Amino acid sequence: MNSSAALPLLILGSSLLPGLVIFFLPESRVRTRSALNLLGALLKLVLVGVMVWGVFNGTSYETRLPLIPGLDFVLHADALSLLFVTLSSVLWLVTTIYAIGYLEDSPHRSRFFGFFSLCVTATVGVAMAGNLVTFLLFYELLTLATYPLIVHRGTEVARLAGLSYLRYTIAGGALLMIGTVWLYTLCGTLEFTYGGFVHELASASTSRESLVVIFVLLIAGLGVKAALVPLHGWLPQAMVAPAPVSALLHAVAVVKAGAFGIVRVIYDVYGIEFAANLGVTLPLAILAAATIVYASVRALFQDDLKRRLAFSTISQISYITLGVATVGPIAAIGGIVHLVHQGLMKITLFFCAGNLAETLGVHKVSEMDGVAHRMPWTMAAFTLGALGMIGVPPLAGFISKWYLGTGAMAAGQEWIVAVLVGSSVLNAAYFLPIIYAAWFREAKGAWPAEQPRGSAETRWTLLLPPLVTALFALAVGLLASVPFSPLEWAQLIAEREYGR
Amino acid sequence: MTTETLYALVGVGLFILGLYALFVRANLLRKILAANVMSSGVFLVLVALARRTGTVAPDPVPHAMVITGIVVAVSVTAFALILMLRIAMKTGQTELPDTWSE
Amino acid sequence: MEVIITTFPWGVVLILVPLFGALSCFMWPNVARYLALSTAFALVMSVIALAVRLITTGSYRHEIGGWGAPLGIELFADGLSLLMLAATAVVGFAVTVYSIGYFPNRQLLRFLPIWFLLLAALNALFLSGDIFNLYVALELTGLAAVALTAMSGGRAALIAAMRYLFATLVGSMSYLLGVVLIYHSFGSLDFMILAERVEASPATWSALGLMSIGLALKTALFPLHFWLPPAHASAPAPVSAALSGLVVKASFYILLRLWLEVFPAGHSLIPGEFLGALGVCAIFWGGLQALRATRLKLLIAYSTVMQVGYFFLVFPLATVVAWHGVLFLLLSHALAKAAMFLAAGNIIYFAGHDRIVDFDRIAQQLPMTLAAFALAGVCIMGLPPGGGFIAKWLMVQASLESGQWWWAAALILGSLVAAAYVFKVVGHSFTQTTVREKTNVVPVLMEWTALALALASVLLGLVASWPLAWMEIGGVFAGVPAR
Repeated sequence: MNSSAALPLLILGSSLLPGLVIFFLPESRVRTRSALNLLGALLKLVLVGVMVWGVFNGTSYETRLPLIPGLDFVLHADALSLLFVTLSSVLWLVTTIYAIGYLEDSPHRSRFFGFFSLCVTATVGVAMAGNLVTFLLFYELLTLATYPLIVHRGTEVARLAGLSYLRYTIAGGALLMIGTVWLYTLCGTLEFTYGGFVHELASASTSRESLVVIFVLLIAGLGVKAALVPLHGWLPQAMVAPAPVSALLHAVAVVKAGAFGIVRVIYDVYGIEFAANLGVTLPLAILAAATIVYASVRALFQDDLKRRLAFSTISQISYITLGVATVGPIAAIGGIVHLVHQGLMKITLFFCAGNLAETLGVHKVSEMDGVAHRMPWTMAAFTLGALGMIGVPPLAGFISKWYLGTGAMAAGQEWIVAVLVGSSVLNAAYFLPIIYAAWFREAKGAWPAEQPRGSAETRWTLLLPPLVTALFALAVGLLASVPFSPLEWAQLIAEREYGR
Repeated sequence: MTTETLYALVGVGLFILGLYALFVRANLLRKILAANVMSSGVFLVLVALARRTGTVAPDPVPHAMVITGIVVAVSVTAFALILMLRIAMKTGQTELPDTWSE
Repeated sequence: MEVIITTFPWGVVLILVPLFGALSCFMWPNVARYLALSTAFALVMSVIALAVRLITTGSYRHEIGGWGAPLGIELFADGLSLLMLAATAVVGFAVTVYSIGYFPNRQLLRFLPIWFLLLAALNALFLSGDIFNLYVALELTGLAAVALTAMSGGRAALIAAMRYLFATLVGSMSYLLGVVLIYHSFGSLDFMILAERVEASPATWSALGLMSIGLALKTALFPLHFWLPPAHASAPAPVSAALSGLVVKASFYILLRLWLEVFPAGHSLIPGEFLGALGVCAIFWGGLQALRATRLKLLIAYSTVMQVGYFFLVFPLATVVAWHGVLFLLLSHALAKAAMFLAAGNIIYFAGHDRIVDFDRIAQQLPMTLAAFALAGVCIMGLPPGGGFIAKWLMVQASLESGQWWWAAALILGSLVAAAYVFKVVGHSFTQTTVREKTNVVPVLMEWTALALALASVLLGLVASWPLAWMEIGGVFAGVPAR
């Protein structure tokens, strides 16, 4: 196996192997475990860097192993997978640091970090999957790897949340599988291809109706993880997980894998033209728009901070679906770039929520009065993330929304602009009061459960990650037109899809 | 009706009789006897069909099969009887209970 | 060396080695555990040698002692036999290692001889080339299995063993009557000769009908499954592993052979659709009962009833892809189900009971056992990368290709039910609890054995292309439609 075929496997291995070793480490080996985690994360980042550089210089990376006759296990690197791989390996490093700090002195850490590493392995596998069956493989693996993280606390609430998560995701996986096998029997291949393969390979006798049904099956299967309404029920419940898990789940792993899958299915399986021709994109766009508005409204009424953020995720993640389902290159850029932008902003918000809970015992929005005076850095990061979500220039969210809006106009779908405006107003309505209360109100008294104070407002392992990600969220907005920025990648991807 | 057809039909009759008794009778010894009647039925069919009309010498293969079958049946019966005795010792009954539990 | 491997009659070795193992364990009880380990290891090596031979030279026949058919006994090995022999050797090895830790010495000495007799009978069955030898091997398998079930001597075990004995007797008698009819009509017992001579006639229909009913009873197809749950749930754990992992498949293997090689489609009184429909009933009935079960071993036993239902979906589909799928399922289920029972054995050994509600107190202290159960569960519910996923994929593909989507629906819905009962168990194990019960320390070897089998069942999905290629040795699927 030459180096270009081995690299994707190495990238998988860089989190898989540390994960497997960590399972067998005794609880007390904190240093070894942390070292393994960080080494794995750094190694992955380096390897991904090598791959990005290689792809930039025209190398193509592909690992191909036989799975069953006629179907291969394929890992490859194209623009879309690189975008997601880079995002997940950067955020994994940050989240690992955060998790090491967050779970200091809590039980079952070997189990936690073992599954944590498996979870990232599965995400990277989803990103690099070169055909639908490989995608399905890692998509299901992701379900299995995240379940122990959700129930990690071991409370009855956690157990029930875990069951609810499984009910949704395993049923979704089953739908995805039926769709995938059905598509395979019609087309004889499942390889992701620019512009899709369905319209060329489906035999003439294949009815359009069955292709539409398959599309619905695939999107329903993916929509569970992408939390499309009405398949979103598991997400707010999954909030019982420890904060680093919520951060990872919402920004990188589960939710993103679903959204990423939707992009793959529309672009590289059906092809945007053919999908539009089948008439499936408009209903999907409407569903995404409905999700955006519905979840934003629900977010307004949540007092629990993490639940409010959860509904905000449901809403924001659908921007990706909306951008892709709006048939037009500019909106597509907005959708794809939001894959990265939403990740950076949302992970910041969850880190901050975790810090508040861990340091002060603050879990509710109503307890946040004056919290910025006690934890200014954390709340500064939070404010950046929240303003980004609302879409204030020049932050990341503004870029996404700008492209989505202008794209919708260009595609002649003005109603989407109305949805965007409405959503931004709602975003403002559920984020601005928090920011106002935190900075401009006086604290009501003692915090619910304040930890002894050190020299900084909290442990540096907890403080550094949100600051870094918040700066990233600012940078990708400010420097959007610099080469290698997420926006540039998204433009490249959209050009490939529409440029033919 | 030729003699061998008659024997074969009697064999099938014994098989069905044994099967019936195996399901209907509750007593374990009767069940074991019923299983024996079943196997005798099968062996009878085998022996009967071994005599082929028109040829002088009967086919040796079914005979070999019957001998093997009898050996198997004897050992099964011995084993079943031991099992029955054990159950009788353990439960004091010679019938199987309707339901089973730990 | 290579010449020896490719010409040596490994089939004979595979039958003789466990027979000698049984004898020697009985004769020299002091060293029985070493004898047992060497026997099990020799079995694995012989299967590897047989695999090398089959892969290099294709299927082969061996006349024992130079006596050919019709009076002598011929052994026959092709890809299908290899697959079953490999599963037997692997599960056999694991169960042997495990039993040495599990049983107290006196029980172990009773277990080992019968256990190796069972392995010898199974190997003989998978190597038989004629329908009467299959009967003999089937009867031996049944007897050894019943004896092992009764081994613990408890009330439940004895009663379950008795039921099992009657079921297995009726099954083999019914099969034997079918054999008699076939022999009378076509004058041969040999698969290959029969395949050329068999034609549709009332005798053929009733013969295949009798044989199918008998074998379905022994495979525990719904509604003939009544004997399985008590037997598999009350036998000692290593025995349950062998019963669910291997013995149930022996009778199903004969059914496969008959349908694949001897009788072309449509020669039976019982149509494939009927068997498939019973399979669907088995999937849901077994699944539901497993969901309701409060004891772990009973849950696993009902899961076997369910998986047997999957096996029978191959008959209405009957394409190459479907056969591939179901054979792969046989293999992965053998590994996964054995791993599950061994894991359950660890829990019983540890806590003295297997009540699922009290799991939170146990599982946290046996993480490796829990991991084994969960991994095997991944395989059972057909999630990737487990072997069950590949099997499910192939069978769903076969049903969609042939336009019979309802079997695919049953498969998928069934796997959801399976996920429900697996996670019913796994879900309890993350709960925090401080209650400690009086417990026994589980030997490390037992935990590792269960985990190794479970890992094998999961990794099987990643190397699926090998077993799928081995199945083709000997061209078993030559007469089967491609789609």
